[in-house]
Amino acid sequence: MSDLETFRAETAAWLEANCPPEMREPMTGEEDAVWGGRNATFKPGQKEWLDIMAAKGWTVPDWPKEYGGGGLSRAEAKILGQEMARLKCRSPLSSFGIWMLGPALLHFGTEAQKKHFLPPIARGEIRWCQGYSEPGSGSDLASLQTSAVDKGDHFLINGQKIWTSYADKADWIFCLTRTDKNEKHKGISFMLFDMTSEGVSTKPIVLISGQSAFCETFFDDVKVPKEYGEGVSSVVYEVNKGWDVAKYLLGHERSMISGGGSEGATSLGAKFADQVGRDEMGRLDDPMLRAQMAEMDIEVLAFRAMAERFGDTFKAGLCHPAQPNMMKYAGTEINKRRHELIMSAGGSEVLEWESDATNGGMTARSWLRTKANSIEGGTSEVMLNVISKQILRLPGA
Amino acid sequence: MPLYLNDDQQMLHDSAAEFMKGEAPVAHLREFRDKQCKDGFSHALWKQFAEMGFTGIMIGEDEGGLGLGHIEAGVVLEEIGRNLTPSPFLTTAVAGVEALNAGGKALRDKYFPGILAGETVLGLAIDEGAKHRPDQIGMAATREGNGFKLDGKKQFVVQGGSADMLIVAARTSGAAGDDKGLTLFAVDANAAGVSRDSARLVDSAMAAHVQFDGVTVDADAVIGEVDDGDTVLRRLLNAGRAGAAAETLGVGAGSMDITVDYIKGRSQFGELIGSFQALQHRISHLYSEMEIARAAVLKAQQMLDEGSSKADLMVSVAKAKAGKATSLSVKEGVQMHGGVGMTDEYDIGLYMKRDRALQEFMGDVNYHTNLVAEMHGY
Repeated sequence: MSDLETFRAETAAWLEANCPPEMREPMTGEEDAVWGGRNATFKPGQKEWLDIMAAKGWTVPDWPKEYGGGGLSRAEAKILGQEMARLKCRSPLSSFGIWMLGPALLHFGTEAQKKHFLPPIARGEIRWCQGYSEPGSGSDLASLQTSAVDKGDHFLINGQKIWTSYADKADWIFCLTRTDKNEKHKGISFMLFDMTSEGVSTKPIVLISGQSAFCETFFDDVKVPKEYGEGVSSVVYEVNKGWDVAKYLLGHERSMISGGGSEGATSLGAKFADQVGRDEMGRLDDPMLRAQMAEMDIEVLAFRAMAERFGDTFKAGLCHPAQPNMMKYAGTEINKRRHELIMSAGGSEVLEWESDATNGGMTARSWLRTKANSIEGGTSEVMLNVISKQILRLPGA
Repeated sequence: MPLYLNDDQQMLHDSAAEFMKGEAPVAHLREFRDKQCKDGFSHALWKQFAEMGFTGIMIGEDEGGLGLGHIEAGVVLEEIGRNLTPSPFLTTAVAGVEALNAGGKALRDKYFPGILAGETVLGLAIDEGAKHRPDQIGMAATREGNGFKLDGKKQFVVQGGSADMLIVAARTSGAAGDDKGLTLFAVDANAAGVSRDSARLVDSAMAAHVQFDGVTVDADAVIGEVDDGDTVLRRLLNAGRAGAAAETLGVGAGSMDITVDYIKGRSQFGELIGSFQALQHRISHLYSEMEIARAAVLKAQQMLDEGSSKADLMVSVAKAKAGKATSLSVKEGVQMHGGVGMTDEYDIGLYMKRDRALQEFMGDVNYHTNLVAEMHGY
């Protein structure tokens, strides 16, 4: 056996032996995800699964071992992911620290910052939120106004953020602030601070789904120290160079949000045919719905091929730097259409908003939630602008 | 295997791109169209294809070919599509060769040397109606003496008029709609009882209606096994469909490229029309669709080359997605060109015509969408 085949066999055996049975059941909703943090609550099996995976560094398998990662090669990490999917093991930890801040710190952070911040992320001890958008700035993110004034040993932060996902549950924030009012892109800094700092407050925003992942976050004379111990600066990269970090991070975020399109690995038609009904030929008995579902199967399978291709070319440094924008655009648009079809297949039964039969209106709430996909992290229109300018090089600013 | 071209495939791409652009650009199609060429393609160019090694891409190395696969065939086909190059490459060197690869050595020895030399052209006699319905093949092949007697009609045999040999799918048992009972035959196109009636298609290619009246063939004309032609036909169709998807992709990419160039240079209301957001968003959406189609096509080719059991599904996904994306590309192309897009002088209309012909070749978007539903069991 090759090394990778050995790794696959050993990984499968280890997962089989160590993944608690509860963590191999399909998730029934958002509340089944583990986000960790100082105030985390756990259902049976969740803490055990998180701790045992974190001990191996497998919450972040491809991060270096010295920062709490598994030190796996790309090929090994891919195999781990495949085996987890095959054995239906849940992800041990959902985390903006892993998906967004971590990659940015690995790229831009100092050694001291990496050593200080990354291991607690890997262990799920600190839950992070992202302070990017502001009221009025929308997709013109760089127009942000939240100010950070240099007061010698600390910065004084004043302003407001919006759409801060899970800010009310987060321990720390990675936040874009304005450190130079005379520059747009070159006056922004990327700062890390504790959400329990005096002057920080949050308020959930109820969405059309009736749920609230998002918050408004207010900063009222918040003091952010310049250093958390020797060499651990609260600013990532350099003061006034936060836009570089933000752009890098947005690339990760956009690729991640676009993953919605690949979630639908299973054919919608295969999933819903029995529920909707079949004709004497065994075909889904609503021919228009059948056709739409088959079209969606094609879109999803083709998108998955593109996601694979994007991943492969990205890792090999062969894709255009603006490709994540295209992924984000395509993935979110497909995901929205998929959920329209899921609602259509469910018919009147999925309309019940609060009953047990619908698990609290989960299908309908998920459908409504997807409408944000093409708004958050940059709207579809902004993605199309980026493709126009940076890839197709069309004229105009 | 990563989902992008490796160094060797990239080199093949570069030489195919240079070759098509240099030897057979859109002007070449116009030349052969305008002189009403009876075959619809240049035999001299077909020889050049052979000199480049293209005709042997899918022929084994021990038989004088390059022993490469669907990805490499697709690399050449995409450039054929991009330049609207007329040639019998898809039907002969890809689908035809793949069918013969599934047959016996005697047939390969008979036909491969001519294909390798760029002298032999194959025609695919599959369709019997206006729409591609291979499961409904009804043409009869009855046993007679040592061989078979063929009776029936085929249509949309692309370049069938100039073909030396026709690969004919016919029934040796059962009836139209049955799973089993098909047999594939290699029939000399000049055999007694074969009559061919060629017509020029919208894209200037020639396609034949072929009539078989008591055409007798020996048992050694059978490709594969009697009554089990489905196995060979499936290989032929997969190669043809993935190949057509790759050529379609080239048509869509070429059409998009000339449209992007056009809107970068055309002014209206004192501004370049490419600066208008209404057009920018539509063409950026098109770019995204083409990228998705590209990945789907490459994935299907890769799965065919790996012998994956799920290749059939991905081939249908690729044919449908490439068809949808490219149809969008040519429609947006003509629209964004405005009035000149309607003129024969501009190339964009030629792309629209080739797309339409490729859509019908071996199953259109609806056909493959239905297949995907069937393969998924609903």
